[in-house]
Amino acid sequence: MDSQTQPAAVRARGIVKSFGTGDTQVTVLRGIDLDIYLGEMLLLVGESGGGKTTLLSAIAGILDIDEGDINVLGVPLSGLPTGKRTTFRGQTMGFIYQQFNLLPALTAAENVAVPLLIQKIGRSDALERAQRMLDRVGLSDRAEFLPKNLSVGQQQRVAIARALVNEPRLLICDEPTAALDGPNGQKIMEILREVGRSPSRCVIVVTHDSRIFHFGDRMAHLTDGRIVSIEPIARKGTA
Amino acid sequence: MNYIALKMLFGDRAKYLMLLCGLTFAVMLIVQQGSIFWGLMIWSQSSISNLNVPIWVTDPGIAQVDEVKPIADTSVDRVRSVPGVEWAVPLYKGLLRARLSNGEYHQIILAGLESSSLIGRPAEILEGRFEDILQPDAVALDQWAVERMGGPDVMKVGTIFELNDRLARVVAIAKTQKSFTNIPVVYTTYERAIRYVPRERRTLSYVLAKAKDGVPVEEVTRRIHEQTGLGAFTAEEFGWKTIGWVLKNTGIGINFGTTILLGFIVGMAIAGQTFYLFTVENLRQFGALKAMGTSTFTLARMILLQAFTVGLTGYGVGIGLATVFGFLTARSGGLPFIETWQLLLLVLVALLAICTFSALISIVKLARLEPAIVFR
Repeated sequence: MDSQTQPAAVRARGIVKSFGTGDTQVTVLRGIDLDIYLGEMLLLVGESGGGKTTLLSAIAGILDIDEGDINVLGVPLSGLPTGKRTTFRGQTMGFIYQQFNLLPALTAAENVAVPLLIQKIGRSDALERAQRMLDRVGLSDRAEFLPKNLSVGQQQRVAIARALVNEPRLLICDEPTAALDGPNGQKIMEILREVGRSPSRCVIVVTHDSRIFHFGDRMAHLTDGRIVSIEPIARKGTA
Repeated sequence: MNYIALKMLFGDRAKYLMLLCGLTFAVMLIVQQGSIFWGLMIWSQSSISNLNVPIWVTDPGIAQVDEVKPIADTSVDRVRSVPGVEWAVPLYKGLLRARLSNGEYHQIILAGLESSSLIGRPAEILEGRFEDILQPDAVALDQWAVERMGGPDVMKVGTIFELNDRLARVVAIAKTQKSFTNIPVVYTTYERAIRYVPRERRTLSYVLAKAKDGVPVEEVTRRIHEQTGLGAFTAEEFGWKTIGWVLKNTGIGINFGTTILLGFIVGMAIAGQTFYLFTVENLRQFGALKAMGTSTFTLARMILLQAFTVGLTGYGVGIGLATVFGFLTARSGGLPFIETWQLLLLVLVALLAICTFSALISIVKLARLEPAIVFR
């Protein structure tokens, strides 16, 4: 499928973001233009401090930008008031973090159900859907486990289930394999590709783990706050 | 989200228990000290409550019930002549020394009641018959006199001792409310009381009176004051006047107030700090919740739910512990302990203030929290 024939799910234009003021001001994003399409997995790569996470935060609407426009699924994020932006995020986005950020007091199933509870879905319905999502990431037998009783790989699978349970159209992943060893990282990316990818969803992955580059469809290189290249990724076995 | 909030609270067992202990300690301290304080205040006006009469008339400059300012004997008739007064009787009240047969001296309060009615007599008699004080040289004691003057083997019905070189024979022992000073009370008739004490120009301590049915007691006290120039107080007014004097002149209010304030501050500090730590340690999780679409309002509601849940649990446990303490100490009569609903309500308000304060610190932190923290 050629995803780029569709309208962009995320359309960023002229994004500028600085931190600090005066002499200590640091400009992290220096006029970013980027389109991300439904059905694709875009990898954001680049050196540390290059602005990958800042751009990800801006696209997610959890960080205000200084200049430019970000349009997600047809909604201009910059123009939305904070409350509406929070609601929009809850309804359309899923998040996978480097540190998983699972709630330690909740079981795996309860953690997965959190986005549904935020959307005010009843607890029993939410837990039922969470259980089904845990089945899809191969953790049906760990539903009642607390995060501390799961391996790091299993914890990240719970985090993937949590990110996908409310069927988000934009999946945002920040270094999803950084806390994992090689085999676990590969497995997580396989799950992410199998379960997370969908024609009605786009997936953005920030990473500098070159071992997982082949899972993406396109790769955007950020250096010093600018996108220096965006190129398709060649699949193994394809020219 | 309430479910998540409570799971987060109970999930961090160490912090939950620390919070609970802090709040329980604060509640227990405030209730315990408040109840003892109030018990002491009740004791301070037990000379009024033990006699159980509605109107007290005496010198207008009186400050408190135990500070007797004798008035003219004619005051009884003047009070009786005031419209609305059903009856008025004299009362002698004064300090005297009792000499026991074993040679020991004890200071006592001598209460002389009007002999024909014995108005002001204690309601409960433990031994003997109170009416027998009408017999020659007869007196009645309160149970604190028995306790302080040698115990039940020394002071009992039939015991003879001396009051100002005159014989006094115990005919009854009454149960009364302990007094602030815990000086034993010896009851006798008014006529005999003024024979026991050294001669003074004025011997009448108080006129005890009652309003006629249907006439408000406050109205009658106002009339007595206007027509006689004497100080006339309802029992309640006189009780508060006495409590006010004790508070002003003994420093007891500052003493207990400081302890109660310390309980409040310590409770607030422990709860505030622990709760803040709890929030800070879960900051990434709260950030994740915010990123996933939880509004600041919802997070604030979760924090308040957590604070009030642990607060109300601490309130219950703290009151329970304070009540057990009070039950054990009050049972022996050694310490006054009066837990009133007003105190419990006040403590609840104080506790809710502590919880709100603790929650607010965390809420401010969360309101300023950028969900982007989860990507750092």
